Amino acid sequence: MSIYLSIIYLIATVTFIVGLKNLGHPATAKKGNLISALGMGIAIIGTIALNEHKVPTIIYALIGAAIVVGGIIGWVIAMKVEMTKMPELVSLFNGFGGASALLIGLVEFNKNIGVPEADKASVAIISTIVSAIIIGSITFTGSLVAWAKLNGSMKDLRLPKYNLINNALFVVLVAFASYIVVMNSDSSLLIYALLVASLIYGYLFVAPIGGADMPVVISLLNSLTGIAAAITGILYGNMVMLVGGILVGSAGLILTFAMCKAMNRSLASVIFGAFGGSDAAAGSAS
Amino acid sequence: MNQFIEFISQNLELLYILILAIFIGVELIKNVPTVLHTPLMSGANALSGVVIVGAIIVMLQADPEDYLALALGFVAVVLGIINVVGGFAVTDRMLQMFKKKK
Repeated sequence: MSIYLSIIYLIATVTFIVGLKNLGHPATAKKGNLISALGMGIAIIGTIALNEHKVPTIIYALIGAAIVVGGIIGWVIAMKVEMTKMPELVSLFNGFGGASALLIGLVEFNKNIGVPEADKASVAIISTIVSAIIIGSITFTGSLVAWAKLNGSMKDLRLPKYNLINNALFVVLVAFASYIVVMNSDSSLLIYALLVASLIYGYLFVAPIGGADMPVVISLLNSLTGIAAAITGILYGNMVMLVGGILVGSAGLILTFAMCKAMNRSLASVIFGAFGGSDAAAGSAS
Repeated sequence: MNQFIEFISQNLELLYILILAIFIGVELIKNVPTVLHTPLMSGANALSGVVIVGAIIVMLQADPEDYLALALGFVAVVLGIINVVGGFAVTDRMLQMFKKKK
């Protein structure tokens, strides 16, 4: 990696920290957001402009097209959304971030398929790839469910014994992932099965939680996306992703607890209680 | 097991950074006023879009013949940049609303 790119990443990382710090005070919040956005901008431009791989022009064109298309979509949605619909939009965006992480994981896993035994990625690398896929998938479907619920287009779904089902599925996921890692499997069938199982888990994880608790869940999922970003950062030895991701991960988690506290709820009761939404409203009405 | 020890010894600096970053994140958000919870969540969400850097790296490293990697990378970049641009823009709008209220 070019030293100039490293310096740019360093600057970007500092802007993230300063930006988050400023976001925490009403007077400076707007400035903080701009500082972080600026840092993100130079990190993205630097990654493309200071790349040292030999890359054909067509790929640069593709990256540019993707950025322009996605940038316009993101900007237009953000500008058009009504004020009251902003939290659900944050959830939708967060889901996109998770999806991005899971796609990166898939591509990196594919690189390991059909490679001779000696050239295979190490257990540590495979575990980071597999974790990126799992966490990315969970935040993707989880955020989409949260978005749909705040939208009003999805009702709470409560399977009988949903806690048991969810926790069992989670254990299966971890066991499945460990199997892939330990066997250093390069089966694409297994990885797609893991992908589907994680997507289903993300759905089932958020589905029983009531609408009133959604902001807490969104914050939690947001924290998870940060962790997914950090994990992919480890994969590429990329500092700005690592630190940026971990910052979001830890700050998001603390924010989740703060939001719970503001609502007088514990995180466990939000996740396992499935008590918010209609039930909570009924409770306060009576 | 040996592989993990090897991984740790090779990435010791990374681990230090990781742990320090966790503490910074916690310290930054501690004692934030309740009114700022939603904008902060939104701002943090925009920051988590830093995953786009990884998506760009995927495309830069992809073999030009490897259409699957290119296609997945393309979608990852689009989704990542939506997260970044949309996230920062929506946070800015939220904070604008704050100013008017005052």
